[in-house]
Amino acid sequence: MLKISLDRLDDFFARVASEQSLYMPVDREDGQAEFRKWTEGSKLSQRLNTVRSAKDFFFPQTENLVDFKIQGKNIEVLDTREECEDFAVFGVRACDARSFSILDKVFLCEPVDSYYKNRREHGVIISLSCTRPAETCFCTVFGIDPVEPEGDISCSTDGKSMFFKVNTPKGEEFVKKFADVFEDGDPAQLEKMKEFSRNVFKKLPLANLSTDSFGGDKMMKLFNSPKWAELSEACIGCGTCTFICPTCQCYDIRDFKTNDGVKRFRCWDSCMYSEFTKMAHGNPRVSQLERFRQRFMHKLVYFPSNNDGEFGCVGCGRCLTKCPSSINIVKVMKALEVEE
Amino acid sequence: MNSDTLIPLVGVVTDIRQDTPDVKTFRVVAPNGGKVFEHMPGQCAMLSVPGVGEGMFSITSSPTNTEFMEFSIKKCGCLTDWLHSMETGQMVTVRGPYGNHFPVESELKNKNLLFIAGGIGLAPLRSVINYVRDKRSDYGDVQVVYGSRSMDDLVDYREIVEEWTNAERFQVNLTIDRPQDGWEGHVGFVPDYVRELAPSTDKTVLVCGPPIMIKFTLKALKELGFTETQVYTTMELRMKCGVGKCGRCNIGDKYVCKDGPVFRFDQLDRLPDEY
Amino acid sequence: MQEKMKQRAKELLADGTVNRVMGWKKGEFGYDTTPAVFRSAEEIDKYFVCDDFTNSNLSKLLVKESKKDGVILAFLKPCDTYSFNQLLKEHRIDREKVYIIGIPGGPKLDAEIIKSKGITGITGVKNVNYTLVIDTIYGEEKMPFYEAVSVKCKSCKSKKHVIYDELIGDDGDILESDRFDEVEKLENMTSRERFDFWQRELSKCIRCNACKNVCPACTCEKCVFDNPKSGIENKAVSDSFEEKLFHIIRAFHVAGRCTDCGECSRVCPQNIPLHLLNRKFIKDINSLYGEYQAGADLDTKNPLTDYSTDDCEPSIVHERGVE
Repeated sequence: MLKISLDRLDDFFARVASEQSLYMPVDREDGQAEFRKWTEGSKLSQRLNTVRSAKDFFFPQTENLVDFKIQGKNIEVLDTREECEDFAVFGVRACDARSFSILDKVFLCEPVDSYYKNRREHGVIISLSCTRPAETCFCTVFGIDPVEPEGDISCSTDGKSMFFKVNTPKGEEFVKKFADVFEDGDPAQLEKMKEFSRNVFKKLPLANLSTDSFGGDKMMKLFNSPKWAELSEACIGCGTCTFICPTCQCYDIRDFKTNDGVKRFRCWDSCMYSEFTKMAHGNPRVSQLERFRQRFMHKLVYFPSNNDGEFGCVGCGRCLTKCPSSINIVKVMKALEVEE
Repeated sequence: MNSDTLIPLVGVVTDIRQDTPDVKTFRVVAPNGGKVFEHMPGQCAMLSVPGVGEGMFSITSSPTNTEFMEFSIKKCGCLTDWLHSMETGQMVTVRGPYGNHFPVESELKNKNLLFIAGGIGLAPLRSVINYVRDKRSDYGDVQVVYGSRSMDDLVDYREIVEEWTNAERFQVNLTIDRPQDGWEGHVGFVPDYVRELAPSTDKTVLVCGPPIMIKFTLKALKELGFTETQVYTTMELRMKCGVGKCGRCNIGDKYVCKDGPVFRFDQLDRLPDEY
Repeated sequence: MQEKMKQRAKELLADGTVNRVMGWKKGEFGYDTTPAVFRSAEEIDKYFVCDDFTNSNLSKLLVKESKKDGVILAFLKPCDTYSFNQLLKEHRIDREKVYIIGIPGGPKLDAEIIKSKGITGITGVKNVNYTLVIDTIYGEEKMPFYEAVSVKCKSCKSKKHVIYDELIGDDGDILESDRFDEVEKLENMTSRERFDFWQRELSKCIRCNACKNVCPACTCEKCVFDNPKSGIENKAVSDSFEEKLFHIIRAFHVAGRCTDCGECSRVCPQNIPLHLLNRKFIKDINSLYGEYQAGADLDTKNPLTDYSTDDCEPSIVHERGVE
């Protein structure tokens, strides 16, 4: 199996970064981690996850869609799209790695979103297996194996070396390109460690969370549940959960007037915001109850209904940590499940 | 790079017709003439004035019209205010067509049709009505029940009186909410008028209008013996992308922009009541 | 303390003084408490919690709750009573519909700080003589209580309840707080350093609006940042300076009304020290108009909306701007 000894990992990063942009989680001064472009001296964060998910790489918070040149009554449409440069993202955790296949289902189904596809085609995902999960982790509930994450290449460490497992042709190409930095290694110790990690995951407090009560066939029952009123009571209607969520993909399209024209851009939007569905003549989701319900119904019912039962959550636990009121998908699932 | 549906095409507004005090119909053609794209009756398009806004509008002209597309638009917000104040020759951007359409080629074919519209709700049905007129032999008898607040608020009044009433096997019943000088026709709300007219239940119904009118019309139809599988409507929710990705126009697991806007009532019945 | 609160809540529910109780509800891991309304003694017995992690300010939620039928019992910490008073002053809360029990304040803890020490897999946290004993799936961990104190409690301004119907525990005093020290540090920077500081901090902003939505001073019926017609509504960061404008505008809007409750910094998912912007305003108001604490009472006029002949002149902006 391909490997790089841990003390040479920084050399590997430097080597990759010399040929293409490389992003990885690094620690910030405030003790949190975020994905940053590798520069000389960048150190891989030891934290489990970043505050913002890795969805930014393919679906950035704001991006230009198209420009317009306007002269009198005339409008000229300017296609500003450019072929994206190759880039690599190292250290994507299993939850975020799975989120890409969920986002793919939205953005790559017909009609294909060319902006997303462009980045997706040029980005190599090098995922990193988890060994020390947090109490907020519940990816296994959604069938994710945190020890064998998805991604073009998946990495895991036995404490001495970083092992690289190639999963896709894109990953294959990447490994070939940097063939000289890899050695051949014996993964025997690694396999033992993986087994150990898997057992740790079984001990997590949320490991036994059940998805049985959810899915497309339960739509009306769940939608009409009386529990939503109580569940949404403390929701302050901010967009924290949606913006840090690796699978939330709702967006807005807006125009920005420049000196000689108009830039049309797309930006993240949140179903939690009061004007999300507001029209000139009314709003079908008048209170926070409806908005709150929409978010969880989308992940637990509507998305699986349209995607062969796959849930729109990857159990990364970000919303569990960051919700100002500590309400989250786990509490929703537990409350609704009791009803069964 | 391939074209992307989010990048619009340009159209020129060649004619603007004041239909009612707050509804205008805009004729849009491609810069080199002809239609910007083809569509089917009931489909929508995203119309935009860059820097002002973009909105989803029903294409009101029939696909059988080979020269232009038309949009009947009510003045009720930022973008529509702007559209109402512009002059002909103005360019706009258009993208689409979006959504499904009334099943004119399948379920509606050879059927007797009943169109029920309220106010600006006639806009999406006008596309179907004119399509049916142009392919007259493919459909049975047609009845149009249309009502508005007042005589002045009847959209496409001239076309209705001059063309529809004279069309073959076409019956047109107009009504206004309150009595008005110069109006000798029926007075009363659409659902009540439908009850009075008591159309035969062999008809397939297409209804569009304000939500409250749709609700009471459906009730009236049920009383008359119609079933939900006979009645179609078209929905409107806030939209941004038009292709089921921006995530805001869903009713349950269906996106109005992609899976709609046309729904049969038995389909809506299976969905949460959130529209 | 928690047991006394539960007992009293149940009594007040039973005798009809109140028909709802606002407090906090237990979470999954012993630190993730949620503000909650309880309607029965059973609910209180089962879910009510008041511990080292019940740090959220309940006052703003009372705006909504006091519009409902019946009286609600609210447990307010000293700092929360300042917010409550300020909201009363702004006619946002119906006083008649809230029964306040003042409870001792913190210091409350922030689980994020515990986690930043590398402690993870947390299933429970106990305070044993000011040492935190933390149960984790990896075994027991310990850390000093005071190291986990939340930012908002680190520079507590007051242990005194400025409004209440009854108290559980003793009332405290207004404290000599060091809360302006950090502001002074910022003031002593050069304008370039200060700009860089805020640039670095505010560029982390994801425009989630948590700070705005949690803020007890932000109670406009329709916030300009929620209004699509304003052209500056929430999420849309169209250029790199926009998020700074958002926070600066917000700080100006709450100036003179911000009680320094610290909720903005508590909820920020990106750990931006937003309270420092507001504190700068408080410090300036104190030095330019005399000591003023928003929410301290119901009568004193907010210096920014009051006029007196010895108010400072607008030129102060220029004078102070000179480095």
